[in-house]
Formats: sequence, C-alpha cells, structure tokens
Amino acid sequence: MSRSYTPGLKILARTKIIKKRQLPMKGNVHLKIGDIVKSDTIVASTELPGNVQMLNVANKLNIEPENVPECMLVELDESISKGQIIAESKGIFGMFKSQLKSPIDGTLANVSEITGQAILSEPPIPVEVDAYTSGTITEVDDEEGVTIETVGALVQGILGIGGENHGILEVVTTSPSDELTAEMIQEKHKNMVLVGGSFLTKDTFEHASKIGVAGIVSGGFDYTDLSKILGYSLGVAITGSEDIGPSLIITEGFGRISMAVRTYELLSSNAGKFAAINGSTQIRAGVIRPEIIIPSERENGEIRDYEEADLAITDGSLIRIIRAPHFGKVGKVKSLPAELTKMESETLVRVAEIEFENGEIEIIPRANLEMILT
Amino acid sequence: MMVGGVVKSMTGESAQRAALGAGAIVMDVLASNDGRLYHEKVQRIRQLRPDMILLSGGIDGGTITHVVELAEVLEAANPKPRLGINFKLPVIFAGNKNAREPIKERLGEITDLMIVDNIRPTLEEENLQPSRDKIHDLFMEHVMAQAPGYKKLMGWTDAPIMPTPGAVGEIIKKIAEAENISVVGVDIGGATTDVFSVFQKQFNRTVSANLGMSYSVCNVLAESGFNNVARWVPFNMDETDLTNRIGNKMIRPTTIPQSLEALIIEQAIAREALRLSFEQHKEFAVHLKGVQTERTISDAFEQTSSGETLVNLMELDMLVGSGGVLSHAPRRHQAARMLMDAFLPEGVTQLAVDSIFMMPQLGILSTIHPKAAVEVFEKDCLIRLGTCIAAVGKAKSDQVMLQYEISLPSGIIVGDLKFGELKLIPAPFESLQAKLTPGKGLDIGAGKNEVLNTNIYGGVVGIIIDGRGRQPFNLMDNTEDRVSQLKKWSEETGEYPQLENSNV
Repeated sequence: MSRSYTPGLKILARTKIIKKRQLPMKGNVHLKIGDIVKSDTIVASTELPGNVQMLNVANKLNIEPENVPECMLVELDESISKGQIIAESKGIFGMFKSQLKSPIDGTLANVSEITGQAILSEPPIPVEVDAYTSGTITEVDDEEGVTIETVGALVQGILGIGGENHGILEVVTTSPSDELTAEMIQEKHKNMVLVGGSFLTKDTFEHASKIGVAGIVSGGFDYTDLSKILGYSLGVAITGSEDIGPSLIITEGFGRISMAVRTYELLSSNAGKFAAINGSTQIRAGVIRPEIIIPSERENGEIRDYEEADLAITDGSLIRIIRAPHFGKVGKVKSLPAELTKMESETLVRVAEIEFENGEIEIIPRANLEMILT
Repeated sequence: MMVGGVVKSMTGESAQRAALGAGAIVMDVLASNDGRLYHEKVQRIRQLRPDMILLSGGIDGGTITHVVELAEVLEAANPKPRLGINFKLPVIFAGNKNAREPIKERLGEITDLMIVDNIRPTLEEENLQPSRDKIHDLFMEHVMAQAPGYKKLMGWTDAPIMPTPGAVGEIIKKIAEAENISVVGVDIGGATTDVFSVFQKQFNRTVSANLGMSYSVCNVLAESGFNNVARWVPFNMDETDLTNRIGNKMIRPTTIPQSLEALIIEQAIAREALRLSFEQHKEFAVHLKGVQTERTISDAFEQTSSGETLVNLMELDMLVGSGGVLSHAPRRHQAARMLMDAFLPEGVTQLAVDSIFMMPQLGILSTIHPKAAVEVFEKDCLIRLGTCIAAVGKAKSDQVMLQYEISLPSGIIVGDLKFGELKLIPAPFESLQAKLTPGKGLDIGAGKNEVLNTNIYGGVVGIIIDGRGRQPFNLMDNTEDRVSQLKKWSEETGEYPQLENSNV
C-alpha cells in the first residue's frame, strides 16, 4: 500500500507535554527537580541590563576627550542619581569650572578618553519566568531555566499572535461553523479563553480585548483584519511578542473556515477547565505552532502521542484539503496513484484520490493535504 | 547579522556589501550618521540579537574617534547571541587599523572579537574578501553548527560546505568570465531571493531577506502592495480574497497551485518578489561612494557621480532565473514572461532558467573543477528560453517600436511591432542574424534611431519582441483595459493557453 507523509497539527486529548522555560540571559533558577508547580509559579528570574544613555562629557564641559576621565567625580559602576553632579572641568586656575549633572538614576558604566563620552546605565530591568502550565520540574539547567512535564490535552493551531496567557476555557459558539460575534462575548468572559467557530471580525476581537478576554481560538480570521490589529502587515509567520490584549489562535487558516470538528469537540469537552494559551508561532526551520494546553495530571486515562509513522497517509486516512479550490474540506484517501498527474494549472504532481463526505471524488495534489490525526 | 560603519553610504555600505557577498542577511546597518540616538542604537542591537556583527569604519591612518564610538555603542549594548546562552557574540572588526587597540579594549572581553584587514583601506579601494571569508567561517561554525544534521553532512563530504547564495554566485561569476558577458542571475526561494550580477567585470550579490514565495510571501504583498500584485492578474480579484489566499500560502508553505487561478496569482506575486529584489540589487550594486574623481571639461555636461548603479540593462547579455517558481513553471513561456515583466530587460537579452535547480551544486563544483562545472552548466543546467528584444524610450500609441528582419532556419522573417504589442517568434537555440531598426526616438542597443545588426538566439520559447515600452513601462490603469491587455499578451506569448476555456 502506498504511503505519503503530510504535515499535521497535534490535536490530542491526553498526552505528555514537555515545556522548557528559559531565561533570556543567565540568572537564578528557583526550583529543583521534582518540585510541583502551578502555572503562575515563578521558576527563574534575572535582570536585563537597564537602558543606557551616552553623555558627551567632552563637549558639555568643553574639554578634550583625553581629559574626561580625570574630570569624572564618580567611579565606574558607582550608583548615581538624577541631578547629581558627576563631572567637573578643572577650570582656569580653579575658577570658571563647568559641571555636568546626571540625567538619570543608575550607574556610571563607562568613560572613554577617545570619544569623550560617558555611558550611564539605568537600573536593571527584572525579568521573571513563570511555569506557564502546572506540572513537575524534570530538569534544571543551572542559571538558565527548567523543564516542566505535565499531562493534558494539547491543541495546536496553524497561526497565532500574542504571547502566553491563561484562563478558564469557554466555548461560546454552538457549532464549529458559527461565527464568533461581539454579542456572544460578555463581561463574565473576562480573563477567560474563548473558543469560537469559523470566524471572527476585527470588531469582535477588539470587543473581546476591551472586556479583558485572555485568549480566543477560532477557525479563521481575515489577513486584512490581522494587519489592522497589529498595525502592520504580517510579512513572515514569526509571532509571539505582539502586545494586542487577548492571544489569538487560528486553527485552520485565513478566511472563513469552520474549525475542524475534532478540534472543536476536544476543546468543548474541556470547557470549564484551566487552559494555558500561547500564540507564538514560527513557520520556518525549527517550527513552533501556537497551542492550547489543558493540564489534567490528576485525571486517569491513556496517554497518547504521535509517532512519525502516524503522519503517513495511506488508503482510508482522514485528511483535510489545505489549498484552494477545495480548501477546508474533509475527506478520506481512496487511493494514492504512483504516477505523476497533470493538474488544471498544468503542474505535474503526485496526487491522492479523495472521497469527500458527500461521496464526491476529486484528485488533489498530495502536497495540499493535511492528515487529521485521530 | 548586523553591520556597522562610520558613514552609512561609505564604510556602512562596504560592510553591507561584504556581508551580503558572503550570503548573510543584513538585519540593520549601524552608522554614526544613521540619525538614531545612541540609546536607540543600543536598544536596536539588544532587540535584534544578531548571530554576528561586522564593525568597520575609517580609512587606515584616518581618525579613530567615530569607529571607537560605534564600539562603545556595542559595548553598552553588551549583545548576546541568539543561539547559545553560553557563547560570546562574534564581532569582526574590519576598520581603521589604528583603532584596533582601543577596539580590543572595549570589545575584547565581552565579545568574541576577531580582527581582519580594513574593508576600506583608502577611499578609492574596497577590500571585502577578508571580511567575507571571516563571515563565512563564523556562519559555518556558529550558525550552521546548530542546524540539524550539519555534523552528519560534514562527515559525508571532503569539499567545503557553502551556503546556497555563495554557491550560486560562484557559478554566475564563472559563466560571466568564461563567456565574457554581463549576466544577471536570480534565485527565488521560499524565504529569500538572491540576485547576482556581473557588469563591467564586477560581481555583486544581494540577498533580499523576506522576499520569497512561501515563508515570506506576505512580505512581498506588504512591500509591493495589493495593486502591484493585482496588476499582473488577468481577472478581477477581491482584495480580501487575494490577501487571504496569500496568507494561507505563508502558513502552509509547502502547498502547490492546483488550479490555473492559483498558479496565475502565484506567478503574479513572483513578478513582484523578483522586481523588488532587483530594485534592491540595483541600489546596492554601485560604484564606490566617496571616491574623488578627476573631471575634465568634457565631463562637465555629464551629471554622473560616484555611487551610480553598475546595473545597465542595455548592457545585459543574459538573464538567468532559478528557484521553484521559475524552474518548475508548468510552461517555459511563463518563466520567460515572469523574467521579462520583473526585470524589464532592454535591447537584446538572452533569457534562461536553471533546469532542475542545479546551480548551487555547480557552484560548489566550480570551486573544485571549474571547467566541468561550466560545461554541465551550459549543457544540462541552462534551459535556453530565447531572447527578449525591447526598444527603449518614450513612445506614442500606435507608434512603430521596431522593424525586424531575422534569418530563421526556415527563411527570413520581416515585420513591424507597434507600441503595446508583444510578439513571439518560435526559433531554435542557434545563432541567427538579425537586423533591428528602432522606431523614431528609440534605442535598441546601438544608440537612439540607430540600426542594430547582430546575432541573436532562439530557445525553447523563441524570440519575444517586446513593444510594451521601456523607460517608461506602464500597464493600463483601468482594470477592464488592463485585463484585456494581459489576456492579449498571454495569448500572444503562449503563457496560459488554457485561460480562454477556463472558468477563471
């Protein structure tokens, strides 16, 4: 029997989830292997260097750059406060001295006798990394971060924006083909992760943002609306640092596309539970998909993950079409002919014969199929 | 990577050229005169977290103050590499040799500092190779070493491993050298588009990051705008529908166009990606800026200055395309049209595509066995599409753009081409005598109103005579007129023969 490998997003009811929580630079890890964490537990922290200001001391005091070090009144790394006199010229016979005050609170980081500049550094910026999901610490990288393991439901989307958020999961549409509208989002949804159906508009998103919704999961969204929310056109799918209010995850693609039934049903079955959502996406080498995690360490049940072989489509595999003209349709593989076939575009490709739910049969390029993992 | 130079248009640009020549993607150019405040530069470095930094500035023996100032900005930023929290960021210093000690004092401890020869030892001289070699070595050591499977690959081969833009550049250089011609090569990929040119024996390479056909296809749309993409589509398109389709290609980059409509849209975007990349290349492939030139009285009426682009399309002999959208276009006629529409070649220009994306491999081979590489390139890699003939100059509607007389194997063909027309003459790849007489006020390569007697080549497509105008080249503003114009050109050049009977 022929086999063909296709990409697939993970939609898993109960699986082992491993999350690395790393600092952006070296710092302190506060926990040890075996510690149990909640999503808001701080696992590691560090201090990022503060913003710097360059002060042209030579110019301000009207002296030569090589004389700047001897005119400084504070030592390197010494604390300074705003308004403090930090440099003074020698003047003429001790008279007519010029003085220079610090424009910031911070420290003196450097003085250059070549450029005549002093570098002042503002106080460091503290950074804390939380656990993001509940679980158990299984690894500690000294000064860098930890690895957390948990068990729960995992749903990957195709694209997200906004970083990490969390809240109670709520399904607000009645079917995966319904549009999520502003009227469906109410005050009670503040800090919650909402699941919609096929689509939402920019106005609906902005309404959700005003209410304080933590995250939204939808089948589709318009690219032009996305550009309006971001304030720029998303050129490459590398996201996660946007400050847009709720994290937004689309599960299918751009446009009005019903959420895959399996995704919708899995999220619906977890309604009312705590969910961690992360819109970070990277569609490049080292792919990162946006995700919704619903931890369930205390529940029992079979743990499942995918092997590479599960991504191979064969006769009878359940697939979804991921490009026009049948974008979004679900069907079963009827056969995988070995020979190349000419499409309407005259492109010669390997194809699959697909039988849709209504019995229609179409020939589709294999590259335009996505496995539905069950 | 990031590059830095004292004057943005001089050492900054030389540093950028060195980086791009090594196949790097330049994220930002820091310069003393880039208009940003110090703290903004520091913020930018911290935010970008480049894989490496090339710092240049000053001619040998000149003032060191400004380049040291840039080093102090780097010192204040104390940048961390993107890959590997335990590594120090590699910094290459290729500036004024008198500044080496102060640079070491500032960056020696906090970065992995390497010093190479000055990129601009004098104003008149650019010395890019030492910096390029170092960038290449660092790229291989620091970045590629993190790539999955790289160590395994190193075990398989004794030959040096090269980044794709580096290898394609090698073969383009070799072919220009072997045939003594001016060449423009383009390799359009999923994420980036690389443009290579050899004019006046000077090789230039640019890597346009984020102008590609899949991972960065939305960036092509963002940079060119909806109207510029839609102008190449011979049917009406709703903006939301088009942008959603392009967005879906970005998030599912491995999909391929099944319908004719999808193919046409993809090839419209390709034209814009190619056009934008070539624009960037033209801006970058220039004569050195800041050079003092002696002028005589005869130069007084020529408004030329240093920093002029080297790219002269009238001088161009051959345009070679590579990358999936060109190499695997279902019809070679489509590849020829994409190259013509994006690059707008002038005069007489041969068109070719890479048959099966073989140019990177031949580039590597050319470093070991140049003769074999050029032979394979000629015989198996290049698909000769034919020749584009286009007259340059302002023309009026209904004006005759060109009178042609071409000796084909089947006999002499004579004709006129009017403004706005495209004509395809099937002809094989062999030397064919041609007499080309440009219309009034136009130039076909021999000068304004001058007749050009030359030898031209056909190919798998043939000879395409382009009367659509150059300098300026314009499409019709009215959508209905433009669609009918595009359909006519498509029909004339055998681009989409199935268009007439389709539902598109």
